[in-house]
Amino acid sequence: MNIDLTIAIIITMVGASTPLLLAALGELVVEKSGVLNLGVEGMMLTGAVVGFAVTYTTGNPWLGILAAGFAGACVSMIFAFLTLSLFANQVATGLALTIFGAGFSALFGQAFTGKPIKLFKSIFPDYLTDHPILRVFFDHSPLVYFSLFMVFAVSYFLHKTRAGLVLRAVGENDHSAHSIGYSVIKVRYGAVGFGGMMAGIGGACFPLLLTPQWVEGLTGGRGWIALALVVFSAWKPTRLLAGAYLFGLIATMEVYAKAAGGGFRIIPSELWASLPYLATILVLVLISMRHKMSSSAPACLGKPFIPSN
Amino acid sequence: MNNEQGLRLELEGIVKAFPGVLANDDISFSIKKGEIHALLGENGAGKSTLVKMIYGIMKPDEGTISWNGKPMNIANPKAARALGIGMVFQHFSLFEAMNVLENIALGMDEKMSKKALEEKVVNIMQKYGLSLDPKRVVSTLGVGERQRIEIVRALLLNPKLLIMDEPTSVLTPQEVAQLFNVLRQLSSDGCSILYISHKLDEIKELCDSATILRGGKVVATCDPKKETAKTMAAMMIGTSLQAINKVKSKDFSEIGFSVNNLSLKGAGDFGVSLKDISFDVYRGEILGIAGVAGNGQNELQLVLSGEILLKDKAKISMNNIEIGNMSAKERRKHGLCAVPEERHGHAAVPEFSLNDNAILTARNRQNMVRAGMINAKSAKQFTTKIIDEFNVMTTGHGASASSLSGGNLQKFIMGREILQVPDVLVVSQPTWGVDAGAASAIHQALIDLAKGGAAIVIISQDLDELLELCDSLAIINEGTLSQKQKVGVMSIEEIGLLMGGVHGENSSVSSSQKKVMAQ
Repeated sequence: MNIDLTIAIIITMVGASTPLLLAALGELVVEKSGVLNLGVEGMMLTGAVVGFAVTYTTGNPWLGILAAGFAGACVSMIFAFLTLSLFANQVATGLALTIFGAGFSALFGQAFTGKPIKLFKSIFPDYLTDHPILRVFFDHSPLVYFSLFMVFAVSYFLHKTRAGLVLRAVGENDHSAHSIGYSVIKVRYGAVGFGGMMAGIGGACFPLLLTPQWVEGLTGGRGWIALALVVFSAWKPTRLLAGAYLFGLIATMEVYAKAAGGGFRIIPSELWASLPYLATILVLVLISMRHKMSSSAPACLGKPFIPSN
Repeated sequence: MNNEQGLRLELEGIVKAFPGVLANDDISFSIKKGEIHALLGENGAGKSTLVKMIYGIMKPDEGTISWNGKPMNIANPKAARALGIGMVFQHFSLFEAMNVLENIALGMDEKMSKKALEEKVVNIMQKYGLSLDPKRVVSTLGVGERQRIEIVRALLLNPKLLIMDEPTSVLTPQEVAQLFNVLRQLSSDGCSILYISHKLDEIKELCDSATILRGGKVVATCDPKKETAKTMAAMMIGTSLQAINKVKSKDFSEIGFSVNNLSLKGAGDFGVSLKDISFDVYRGEILGIAGVAGNGQNELQLVLSGEILLKDKAKISMNNIEIGNMSAKERRKHGLCAVPEERHGHAAVPEFSLNDNAILTARNRQNMVRAGMINAKSAKQFTTKIIDEFNVMTTGHGASASSLSGGNLQKFIMGREILQVPDVLVVSQPTWGVDAGAASAIHQALIDLAKGGAAIVIISQDLDELLELCDSLAIINEGTLSQKQKVGVMSIEEIGLLMGGVHGENSSVSSSQKKVMAQ
């Protein structure tokens, strides 16, 4: 394999991983606070269509990203209100949120189907992004750098700050946290909102980073993979990064296997395309076989918190 | 001791009512500076409610709480901590997956750096001889160590009053001795301690004064050093009980139910292990098992009903059939019915109709199921019979269990089991939350069932009830069951001592105290 191809694969892989990484990071924080939001896919679709629409109308992808994050957070607040304030079942509400997001994005996106948008300009000078070797570091969308920054920001927040400690405490033992005097509901609202924002931005990566157009169901089930990634990472942000890139690599293989021809042709492209999903199932099976890993789940994950007095 | 410096905490006329219960009725007492003050009482005497108000978790309906001589309105635990009131709960509010230091940091109201906190924690641990590794994850720690986290957490706030809620109920004797050293040292530093317990030995050994609660009222204030465990037990349980006369002795001949050398390891950290429990119940006899909650009653109930299976089937037998390894369903078929303590979700499915709830336990004994099909007619008949005979207030057999009041549901559940005419009935808290009239109806039904030749075991914390109802009595304490005695043979003092964990009926208090000291 020559160096150009390797670099091309890496760049594609990083791009393909970024929406997964962003959405999964958001969901990781949500789950750390003890809430299971299965609506990631719906929030991603909402973010994708809003991000596309705003970018198309304003011509500014930065505004598109902001709007996508905001839209994701708004949609997640529906979930938060239903599950945290009205104690609705989190699994059912999350699934409903996914269906809502799919429907909303299809309806809202109809007007934008087939329209072109401008993407981000590179934030680095041309001689870096065009350099045959160095472009592996510099020839990425700003969203890629943002996602990497967020990995370390989330990791730092969870393990080095007091607010992060409180968030973990709420997910670990909500009643104890409540009796010490922390507001479980407020913390969870915040976490769900952050998760919604990240999922929205992750969704917007599809039109703004991968394929600059809107089609219905653009995210293609990546929200579900993001959910699996959180489990795969054992709720650790840095492991999430490795996991997301691994999935990105598997997804990229499809493209390059077709291009490479030869031996790769024996495997039909449909099978390549299904690999990320098969890998998800495989990973989840392996994880549930290892009890040690499942014990790293936040103890109150998915349990509604109803204050006792 | 700095008693002459005045009062740390003063309670005056504290009243707290819950729907249907007056938990605290005009409670007044005070704690001096540096004093170790015991709050003594049985379960349900109102101890927990009272300290929750001192710690700001609940608000009193009436009365004043004065702190250092000034009346205070303690709005929440944070305000209590700000005043200098610390509390160590009976059930720890710890975060399993986090380390000791993180757990302590979560309980701190003021913000400080990790390093400063660690330094402070290590200082306190050294000062009071509390050994603990700040980096250890809580899930790897034992119960005693977990309690030390809570104590360190409380001590970091530099408390002027430390409330300890049943602190020794989960500790080993060695850990108890260590804890007492810490508390004495705190007291000599001027920190007052409110020590909640029902363990008489400990109170005598540790406390300077004691306030005794019964039925939500202060019945006595005394100096435990001048009292005996017997006299305190009498005050705690109520001397009025002595008036109850011996039940007329009946003669029993045939053993209906027997348990032989039953031991069972407790599940988890808070599970109580059952230690070598043996008893026989004759046909027609009602045996009461008394004791303070959490001494193995739940475990015993589960083993007897068949929810926990034993490997050795010979440990439990009824009518000469060994049933130790039989499931609850098989035991029912053989004629052993059981009523667990928790009504909702254990004895009955709240969302199910009374009809369905009746089918769940009575289907086999009442021939409600044939070839896998439910016989709706016989189920309805049986349910209606329960409702009529036990005077259950409900709209009918189709009403959901959750629509019934607690007392009514209890009547229904008791009726459901009693009307199956079991040979053996094991009941936990038969009249818990039931009004007096209904309680006596349930009592009468139990007595009638026994008259018909059933062997009955009643596990209850209500000593009055047991004395009224039972032919014989045994007391469970820390998983050990005392010898069965005929009701009326044992004095109230003896019962109280056994409930408080002073074992051996004839041992004097001083020798049992020596035992504690030696540990």
